Amino acid sequence: METALISPASATFWGIPTIVFSFLIPICGVAVFTYIIALRLAPLIRATPDARLNHYGARLLNLMKIWLLQYRHPRYMLAGVLHIALFAGFLTLGVRSISMVLLGISENFVFPGFGGILGDVYHVVKDYAATLVLLACIAAGIRRGVFKPERYAVPPRYGRDHTGEALFVLGLISTLMVTEGLFDASAAAAQLQQGAGGAYPAPASLAWFFTVAMRHASLETLQPLHLAAYYLHDLTFFFFLCFLPLGKHFHVITSIFNVFFMRLDRGNIKPVRHGVGDDRLDALESFGVKKLEDFTWKHILDFYTCADCGRCSDNCPANTVKRPLSPRFITIKGRDLTYKNYPLYPYGATFRKSEPLIGTIYEEDEIWSCTTCGACEQECPLGIEYIDKIVDLRRGMVEEGAVPQSLQKPLGALEKRGNPWGKMEKKRADWVKTLPETEPVKILDKKNRADTLYFVDSISSYDDRMQSIARATALLLKAAGVDFGILGKAEKDSGHEVRRFGEEMLFQDLKDRNTAAIAASGAGRIITADPHAFNALKHDYKDIPPVEHISQFLARAVKSGALSMTSLAEDREKVYTYHDPCYLGRHNDVYDDPRAVLDAVPGLKRVEMARCRDRSFCCGGGGLMLFYEPEEEQRMGVLRVEMADQAGANIIVTACPFCLVNIEDAIKVAGLEGKMAAIDLAELVEAHLNGSKQQREVEYGNSGLC
Amino acid sequence: MAAQIFAYIPHKQGTPDDAALELATAAKQMAPDAAATAVVTGTGADLDAVCSAMAKVYPAVWKIDNEALSYPNAEIIRSVLLRLLPEKALLLVPHDTFGMDLSPGLSIKMKAAFIPDVVETAPIENDELKAVRQEYGGAVSTHVVCSVAGGAVVNVRPGAFQPRESADAGGQVTDKSDDVGDVSAKRRYLETVAAEVGDVDITKEDVLVSIGRGIEDEDNIEIAEDLAKAMGAVVSCSRPIVDAKWLEKSRQVGTSGQTVKPKVYLACGISGSFQHLGGLKGNPFIVAINKNPKAPVFQVADVGIVADILDFLPELTEALE
Amino acid sequence: MEILVCVKRVPDTAENEIAVNRDGSDIERDDLVYSVNEWDNYAVEEAIRLRDEKGGSVTVVSVGDEESEEVVRREMAMGADKGVLLSDDAFEGADGRGVASLLKAAAEKGAYDLILTGAQADDGAGQVGGMLAAMLDLPYASLVNSIEVVDDRRLKVGREVEGGNQEMNAIEMPCVLSIQTGINEPRYVGIRGIRKVASVEIPVYDAAALGVAAEAAGGAGAAVKRLDYFVPALGDGAEMLEGSTEEIVEKLIEMLKAKGGIK
Repeated sequence: METALISPASATFWGIPTIVFSFLIPICGVAVFTYIIALRLAPLIRATPDARLNHYGARLLNLMKIWLLQYRHPRYMLAGVLHIALFAGFLTLGVRSISMVLLGISENFVFPGFGGILGDVYHVVKDYAATLVLLACIAAGIRRGVFKPERYAVPPRYGRDHTGEALFVLGLISTLMVTEGLFDASAAAAQLQQGAGGAYPAPASLAWFFTVAMRHASLETLQPLHLAAYYLHDLTFFFFLCFLPLGKHFHVITSIFNVFFMRLDRGNIKPVRHGVGDDRLDALESFGVKKLEDFTWKHILDFYTCADCGRCSDNCPANTVKRPLSPRFITIKGRDLTYKNYPLYPYGATFRKSEPLIGTIYEEDEIWSCTTCGACEQECPLGIEYIDKIVDLRRGMVEEGAVPQSLQKPLGALEKRGNPWGKMEKKRADWVKTLPETEPVKILDKKNRADTLYFVDSISSYDDRMQSIARATALLLKAAGVDFGILGKAEKDSGHEVRRFGEEMLFQDLKDRNTAAIAASGAGRIITADPHAFNALKHDYKDIPPVEHISQFLARAVKSGALSMTSLAEDREKVYTYHDPCYLGRHNDVYDDPRAVLDAVPGLKRVEMARCRDRSFCCGGGGLMLFYEPEEEQRMGVLRVEMADQAGANIIVTACPFCLVNIEDAIKVAGLEGKMAAIDLAELVEAHLNGSKQQREVEYGNSGLC
Repeated sequence: MAAQIFAYIPHKQGTPDDAALELATAAKQMAPDAAATAVVTGTGADLDAVCSAMAKVYPAVWKIDNEALSYPNAEIIRSVLLRLLPEKALLLVPHDTFGMDLSPGLSIKMKAAFIPDVVETAPIENDELKAVRQEYGGAVSTHVVCSVAGGAVVNVRPGAFQPRESADAGGQVTDKSDDVGDVSAKRRYLETVAAEVGDVDITKEDVLVSIGRGIEDEDNIEIAEDLAKAMGAVVSCSRPIVDAKWLEKSRQVGTSGQTVKPKVYLACGISGSFQHLGGLKGNPFIVAINKNPKAPVFQVADVGIVADILDFLPELTEALE
Repeated sequence: MEILVCVKRVPDTAENEIAVNRDGSDIERDDLVYSVNEWDNYAVEEAIRLRDEKGGSVTVVSVGDEESEEVVRREMAMGADKGVLLSDDAFEGADGRGVASLLKAAAEKGAYDLILTGAQADDGAGQVGGMLAAMLDLPYASLVNSIEVVDDRRLKVGREVEGGNQEMNAIEMPCVLSIQTGINEPRYVGIRGIRKVASVEIPVYDAAALGVAAEAAGGAGAAVKRLDYFVPALGDGAEMLEGSTEEIVEKLIEMLKAKGGIK
């Protein structure tokens, strides 16, 4: 087709055919890019194995949902919409970008399949796409540069601010849009002047505005502009391509892989080494992550894929209370170290020797501060995982003996006595004696059998206050006509936090003993009121009967009428709110059952906190976390209680004994005693039962509220 | 038959420690008829002052004056005593950080028996000494018996015996300085580094709100501080609180911490180990609050309340405000 | 630096309820869990640090029955190079002096620059270290809370004395030190660490191997004998306040005001 302007494929510049550059720039660009990618692949190859080449169907689904449809992005609405615009624009412009490169070589290049009507449609669509992208870039630039949202801030200990990098890239993308628009517009303007036909930018698009602006510009202006726009686009494009793997925009390339290989299982912890079974752990040279290459390749890919968006840290309860942990910087520091150890420059530089991570890029307290609540992983739009990394780092520290003194005692007690308080094993079932004599509880053994096992776990067995949950659960099961028993002194701590704090072999020991005891009990199903035990039995243990949480059982019982509740007079002054425990809600998706139970109580007023369901805010952590002494500005529990207060509630209902401990404590520390109380779901249901055995005796969180 | 009883007298800056008087009582209990000899090492005017004071309590005093003994270095004093004490002597030493350093080795060199940290004794019968000790951090007591025919070193727990009133025992002071002999040792005293002075000097306070393990968490210390503020008092604590680094060492009441002489002492969530109570002098009005009704502190307190301090202290604070 | 650390297997005071048994002959041992004496653990950690700093090796020795082996092994899992168990039926009932004489025999089998013990153990006597030093004719310092190596013949040690003060001493090696808690932060020993040393050999020396007269070492040769265990009868003690919390608080405030407790 005749064009008014000379295309880059045919032009000359100071005697040199510009087509030379059309080859040179892409060839150099691709060469440098390949080199960079090769060096970026090197650590992945040297990393430890991961088991991700499986479940392709599920992975594809994740890819569609999280990567393509950007499902998690609107959780932060403005940023999410801007990014969706950029991403959609990018994908749409993919064909155009390739075409642009090749147009400099063959001026009539048409992307295969885009010859006919599709090409015309595409021509219009791409103009709007480019416009959208530019507008999004400007909006994003103003947002980053002027308004500076809090979550992008870089605390001084983590280095310099990243706003420069962000604005630079937005600038690059804007340049691409502008130059592409100018390239088309200059040609279109020239065509117009010459009365020739040809492609005309879509109305009200960026290129269209450029065309209108250049309508009367001379050919002497348009021709060089056309070529300049082209080569600036080409240079910028390949510069951008090579810049991507140098910073947070590597995610442009790696996100598709990272989301595809994203974690599918929930609630469990990765094995110490993929491919090494529990029985062969003793043979391993080293446990956990001590240096960079001890991470799996997926974990290092995570480091590459971080877009520095800060959503993880924004939702991290440890970060909110100013513990020395910010998940975003776990990743950014990991990424920067990888870049440093595998340097691009000078060419052929040797890889640096890997040093221990703890003490260099990570601090001990940083890693011990994590409650494994999972808010970070829930939030990340790129499928970056944190919990497995933290656990692996802890495994490494445990092996080196670097365990905080405050945790050594409960770990020793767990080893010797099967519970972190060091209380005697034979007293584990003593709580049963605090029930009325008319309500005995079976302790399962050869003579006493039952189909349902109530797994009590340590805190509900030994803690004076939490025994109330055990009592309530037992009474509820009885009231619903369930034949159940407990393991008694054969039960050991589920080991949930033991594993998550890195003492894998102690966990294996507890797991083996519990598994044997469960098998010996002959039970066909397990119920527990402790979400940590629930999560451990469900995801960490193998070959045991199916497990459910008491809230799930209660939801069914209440629906079927097996349990019926009345209203209590005191309910009239109370406004309830339900706090989602991390290991019931976020890790196991049990959100509706506890709410259904509460809503089945006649006359019960319930409100939701702003942070609820998968955005629930961790109470402070359970298991061993109760013993750890963190550096923090205030307690997570106190913030949570304030959230309940803001929601207008005066009773917090929770379904986890650790949440209950933390929240009741926090009510005292926050000075809200008498105004706020906390209660466990089982306690509440039991108190409201028709024919409650403990009506009026149940402690409403020691607050004196009822 | 009666063994010769000696009591090693610890002193500082010319003043004998309280333990010196307690040893006199213990000596009397063990050997009512024997004349105990106070053994005082040191140098200069300080030594003279202590010897005069001891002469009012003990029937005999040995003064051992030597420059090398100006600071009580157990390694030197051990060899000095070995030379000076007669065979089969019975030596009483307070079970303080010096006594712990001196006595075990001394008993071996003297080829004599050793009983550490005795809280009660009975008169020696047939060359046998019966005493009471505690084990397992004070959880249980034991009766022990030991033949003193070949001599013995007995470490006496400070504060376990009543200090003997200083009458005028008309003790003779004998100067044994010439028999000291070789005062070299392979351990040399350099200096004493004072414990860091914190923001508050609890030894000067009249009213103390003292916390122990019952406070459970560092964040709960605020509850005690609120009460202290309402009472015009100051917060102190027992050793576990300092070990956990929740409060500075300067706040610790006890034998390895500060000695305090308040008028009123609230022992909150403190079990009452002797090491802690050993820092409490002067007969204060002790109020003990503990959720364990069997806590040993209720034995020594004037008033006791069985309650969880986490619940009780805020109530008390509120009532005061 | 060749270091010998003496460790003892004791009932864990934190995780046990110590009570006198029925006939008063001992404490009730049925449900007890045992572990290494806390002070000894600090001593082993300190020894490991000194070895890591100055080179040499750390040997852990314990006097006990075969169950004491688990404690020696655990300290080796922590980082000690060698472990030795001194065990013989004849050693049963040994008192502090007896134990010290056994440790002396073991110490003489090697050439140690430094011998460490814990400042005290379950019986609160704190005597073995000092006795051992006297038997070996070595200088001694007790309640040590800091160790600094001056050169290969001298150490600068701090002792924890009254009032929380620290008494600094220069001491010549070889010497014996008893270690106070808080001198360092002992590293954690996990189950994995213990499994790693599960098959390391721990030689057992009996009376003959140590060259000691069996009768002298054990209970027969003890100078101080325990007659019984008991819990003292509770005296009058405190006036216990009863009633509702409000009533108690009221009464208490009255009493405090009377005694000058409220300003």
